Amino acid sequence: MSRLLKVENLSVHFPTTRGVVRAVEELSLAIEAGETLALVGESGSGKSTAALAIMGLIDEAAARIPSGSVHFEGSDLRRLSPQALRQVRGRRIGMIFQDPMMALNPVFTVGWQIAEPLRQHLGLSARAARERAIELLHRVGIPAPARRVDQYPHNLSGGMRQRVMIATALACRPSLLIADEPTTALDVTVQAQVLDLINGLKAETGMAVLLITHDLGVVWETAQRAVVIYAGRRVEEGKVADIFGRPAHPYTRGLLEAAKWESQAGGMLREIPGTVPSLLEVPAGCRFAPRCAYALDRCTAAIPPLTRLAPAHAAACLRVHELAQ
Amino acid sequence: MNAPLLEARDLVKHFPAGGGLFGPRRVVHALSGVSFSVERGETLAVVGESGCGKTTLAHCLTGLTAPTAGSLRLRGEEVGELLAREPAKFRRGVQIVFQDPYASLNPRRTVARTIGDALRLHDICPRSERRQRSAELLGRVGLSREHLDRYPHELSGGQRQRVAIARALAVGPQLVICDEPVSALDVSIRAQIVNLLRRLQGALGVAYVFISHDLALVRHISNRVAVMYLGQIVEVGATETVVGQLLHPYSRALFASTPEIGRAGAPAGARRITGEVPSPLEPPSGCRFRTRCPFAAPRCEREEPALRAVAGRDVRCHFAEDIAAGSLVASR
Repeated sequence: MSRLLKVENLSVHFPTTRGVVRAVEELSLAIEAGETLALVGESGSGKSTAALAIMGLIDEAAARIPSGSVHFEGSDLRRLSPQALRQVRGRRIGMIFQDPMMALNPVFTVGWQIAEPLRQHLGLSARAARERAIELLHRVGIPAPARRVDQYPHNLSGGMRQRVMIATALACRPSLLIADEPTTALDVTVQAQVLDLINGLKAETGMAVLLITHDLGVVWETAQRAVVIYAGRRVEEGKVADIFGRPAHPYTRGLLEAAKWESQAGGMLREIPGTVPSLLEVPAGCRFAPRCAYALDRCTAAIPPLTRLAPAHAAACLRVHELAQ
Repeated sequence: MNAPLLEARDLVKHFPAGGGLFGPRRVVHALSGVSFSVERGETLAVVGESGCGKTTLAHCLTGLTAPTAGSLRLRGEEVGELLAREPAKFRRGVQIVFQDPYASLNPRRTVARTIGDALRLHDICPRSERRQRSAELLGRVGLSREHLDRYPHELSGGQRQRVAIARALAVGPQLVICDEPVSALDVSIRAQIVNLLRRLQGALGVAYVFISHDLALVRHISNRVAVMYLGQIVEVGATETVVGQLLHPYSRALFASTPEIGRAGAPAGARRITGEVPSPLEPPSGCRFRTRCPFAAPRCEREEPALRAVAGRDVRCHFAEDIAAGSLVASR
């Protein structure tokens, strides 16, 4: 397997009147060709900001990116010209978002939107692009694609729109699909269909997927590896089987218990106390320390380094070896 | 008097839909004959996807919308009559907590004012005691006196939901409708709110109708569960019985589609389904689930199945016995 995407030390800061919001701090991750990596976090954890920064979609008038490199298929995306970056986006990297109604243009037909990247990036003629669009609609499981191709987004249900967005993202056969909460707005029976579709397309085309989600059930069913972030910082990474089988960071543990609705004696659920900190006033040291049942004084003294537990499993917790027992 | 706390019989709710001035008049069949009861101090979970009618049901139960037909009784009294005669008395009995506490709290009112209004409107305590009473209520939901003078935007999502719960409890209701109360919250906060609701139930004996799409949560929190599809209850019974062996093909599909950590693929006997929920403007003839059902047979198109007792619960499927016996083969 070859390394497809390598993000190193990526930070994204938003200066505001009330101070600097440190949305992403020193994030590193790598994706091999053909694998699904989940970037897991709650709202405000910085996961979507990280994805936008990876794709070069952060408005640098509003944000600062003080550090970081993004290597993809041999080039550093952070150093590419806007034109060259556009050639990568849409052609080599496809993107889908939570809300297809926001991502699809309401005044163009579905067919036009799928055909656009084909004409832009691959230079297909209008007729050939339309043929290809019908084929893609069929591929993503839309019934009667020859009729649907001339319809507008508002004619389609939520699940259908998400399928159209997937068709658009995959039109140029990208090697990486970035999916930001692709099923959060969908009902569970439709979510299952869309996840099955993404998994099927991945198996067929060999593309890699960066899946951004807060839903650990979705991670379990679709990803091979995961990076868990909390308040902008990576707290754990590893194979999904390892993270879910032996979660090393207390935050990951808490999340897993919450996601499984695991009850203790007496029928109560185990809670993570407190709330996610404001990114304007992040706690010193380990950002999870104020909510952590295992925190010691030294946890707030310095940011805990990533400690390896296994060749592919690491967590940013000072007590990771103790807690593993 | 042994009437259940709340009893719904054949609730029907139709909404007129669009069509404009000259277009055909169409009807949204939001609820089509929903019956159930809630006993004092228990939790009934209502599960289903969007379009199944669960939110319309919540609005009917809280008197926010009047059912088109059917009967709804609170402690044996018809809700329509009670609302006409003594609306305040009804509202003291039944309160609601919505999914999104940011939308359900007035952004221009402090917490003290939000809770104080509930106390004032229902004349729960003299004006001089309202602040003290509000502080006590905040204490009940795990907040403190210092939150009294905060505005919703100064609170986190979990804290806002606590305020919404305190407001609902302010009038001393016997029934609280919880409409997806944790699905808008961060994963790490959800357990806090669920535990809070359970603790309050233990202390106050309040009953919940808990609307959710999360079967794992429902299993944890409810005594009984009703699964809804396109305006009808398709399966209802004691949670242990129902979740222990789901009989309706839709309940099974819902369960199979919900990602569950530690499970490889769909559970045995259950399978994912194709398609999406049909429009409630034109529900399918016969069984409403037949267009997506792996077991659909010609009879399902002709004949609407009734809700009937099979294996300890009520289920709306012609073939429930065969499914229970595991002797049915999928037709698609």
